[in-house]
Amino acid sequence: MSYNINDKGYYGEFGGAYIPEMLYPNVEELRQNYLKIMAEPSFKEEFDQLLKDYVGRPSPLYFAKRLSEKHNTRIYLKREDLNHTGAHKVNNTIGQILMAQRLGKSRIIAETGAGQHGVATATVCALMGMECIVYMGEIDIARQAPNVARMKMLGAQVRPALSGSRTLKDATNEAIRDWINNPVDTHYIIGSVVGPHPYPDMVARFQAIVSKEIQWQLKEKEGTSKPDYVVACVGGGSNAAGAFYHYLDDTDVKLIAVEAAGKGVHSGESAATSALGREGIIHGSKTLLMQTNDGQITEPYSISAGLDYPGVGPMHAHLYASGRAEFISITDDEAMVAGLELSKLEGIIPAIESSHAFAVLDQKTFKADDIVVINLSGRGDKDLQNYIDYFKL
Amino acid sequence: MNRINQKLKEDKTLLSIYFSAGYPSLNDTVSIIENLEKSGVDMIEIGLPFSDPLADGPTIQASSTEALKNGMTTNVLFDQLKDIRKTVSIPLIVMGYFNPMLQYGVEAFCKKCQDIGIDGLIIPDLPVDVYNDQYKAIFETYGLINVFLITPQTSVERINFIDSISNGFIYMVSSASVTGSSSGFGDEQTAYFKRIANMKLKNPQIVGFGISNNETFTQATQYAKGAIIGSAFIKHLSNQGVNAITNFVKSIID
Ligand SMILES: Cc1ncc(COP(=O)(O)O)c(C=O)c1O
Repeated sequence: MSYNINDKGYYGEFGGAYIPEMLYPNVEELRQNYLKIMAEPSFKEEFDQLLKDYVGRPSPLYFAKRLSEKHNTRIYLKREDLNHTGAHKVNNTIGQILMAQRLGKSRIIAETGAGQHGVATATVCALMGMECIVYMGEIDIARQAPNVARMKMLGAQVRPALSGSRTLKDATNEAIRDWINNPVDTHYIIGSVVGPHPYPDMVARFQAIVSKEIQWQLKEKEGTSKPDYVVACVGGGSNAAGAFYHYLDDTDVKLIAVEAAGKGVHSGESAATSALGREGIIHGSKTLLMQTNDGQITEPYSISAGLDYPGVGPMHAHLYASGRAEFISITDDEAMVAGLELSKLEGIIPAIESSHAFAVLDQKTFKADDIVVINLSGRGDKDLQNYIDYFKL
Repeated sequence: MNRINQKLKEDKTLLSIYFSAGYPSLNDTVSIIENLEKSGVDMIEIGLPFSDPLADGPTIQASSTEALKNGMTTNVLFDQLKDIRKTVSIPLIVMGYFNPMLQYGVEAFCKKCQDIGIDGLIIPDLPVDVYNDQYKAIFETYGLINVFLITPQTSVERINFIDSISNGFIYMVSSASVTGSSSGFGDEQTAYFKRIANMKLKNPQIVGFGISNNETFTQATQYAKGAIIGSAFIKHLSNQGVNAITNFVKSIID
């Protein structure tokens, strides 16, 4: 059994491209070209160069000594927080802006939740001199003000999504509508492993650099490229897809996907898709999503804007349904405590999204000699106000 | 013969109207349908509201959201329509996004449509190839015509494929846009309407998106069998209410 995508664009029964005909030419153009373009030597060279000199890759694999002592296991942190712009999101936007250029597009649109993907998109558009429009839910605009300001400084236009729950799902709807209205000159840079095929696969391939580096970095430090566990938080699932990618079919390596339980899985205010969702269609993909019995998509909740999405990418739906990955959900409170612990023990303030992954250390007992790699997907600067409010700092 | 096919045979230009079921009030559905038929409309698209209507502009988004707030569900809609064939004889099409149908069960949904007397479905996010591989047989079992969209960007090859698996009409989206943009039609659209007419497809074409008044209706139907109005009708409903439907229809076809 393979846990990667098949040639029809499905992971098991999940994936595909359930899109209105208006989007077909764009999505089809991308589908026919993305693998070819990614395989071009000039593309690879430019992508690698930018990841090295502009993003600052490779990101360190850091042995967290004090955190390991506290939890009596061997914990490594994959430091995506040290990337330019502060999260893993930029790996994907660098790849996609190069893709857009090769497809002859001149205008870029994106959706954003926490604002990290919006900032990463605005950044690469500034770098390449391309027009950039970012859709962001009105509620997220209010709770992620520093990132809104950053996008504006970088020359992007931030357009509020005013429909529905006014968060990430609705920003994604607006971006898709923009693409329908602008089918010729525009490329849509989706920020996670969601959306119609080929997006989940393309974004996973751009993020795969994360596990590729973990393999050689761990080999240098531990003499093996295989950890016992890889742990990552899942909103749409891109940082997890990147951290899991080269281990997907290597079942010696256990994968743990961490979802946001919000105020509790069954509190009615949660974003724990695997626990609460059923198979359905969201944003052009057949996957697990939170919905009413009637098939209306419901409004999720998490303290972390980046995990506040009612679906997961189709790769993760398959990892869940097949049992390949263990899914754990973490409440707001558990995540905040874990974020504070990492700050105090290691001098690293994580993004609240990433804090969810760290909270697994309190939920699950690892053996003393287990090697546990946690993907530290982003830094906490953007969340300072949330931490201040929560801990009354 | 399916009512849609019968209607398409008539020697006249067809006006089809879309509305979101459950809007303005939950129980307006039947009265809107009856009033539309009385006013001379040829065909009706009953919108099954969805929380995330990707292909729709602000007007239909807002009416869908409102309809859901009013309590519209798939079961409520089917219940409202159960006696519709006692009073209404024009073709009725249900238009909705795929997820609510998937959750109801595609076969159960189709069966229910047949029981009620629905003639066809329009599902913008059910792709042609998925339909053809997985659902075509079910639709045919229950006598439902599935209507596909084409746009100015659709390739000739794909239009021919869509024509080959269609057995009613082709929904011709007037321009690259979501529903409800109404800046009128220019040379580009006219050229597209002509180009499609010249393809001599086996299925007639009905134009939709961006038709809001007599002028755009006339332009759109110069080369096509008919046209569909959605957002402009919903705006009229919001402003004038269910009782003024005849005025709207007269303003389009008189
Ligand atoms: C730091 C960080 N981690 C994780 C996520 C969640 O996204 P994904 O699941 O695609 O990695 C986000 C999204 O904004 C983020 O900013």
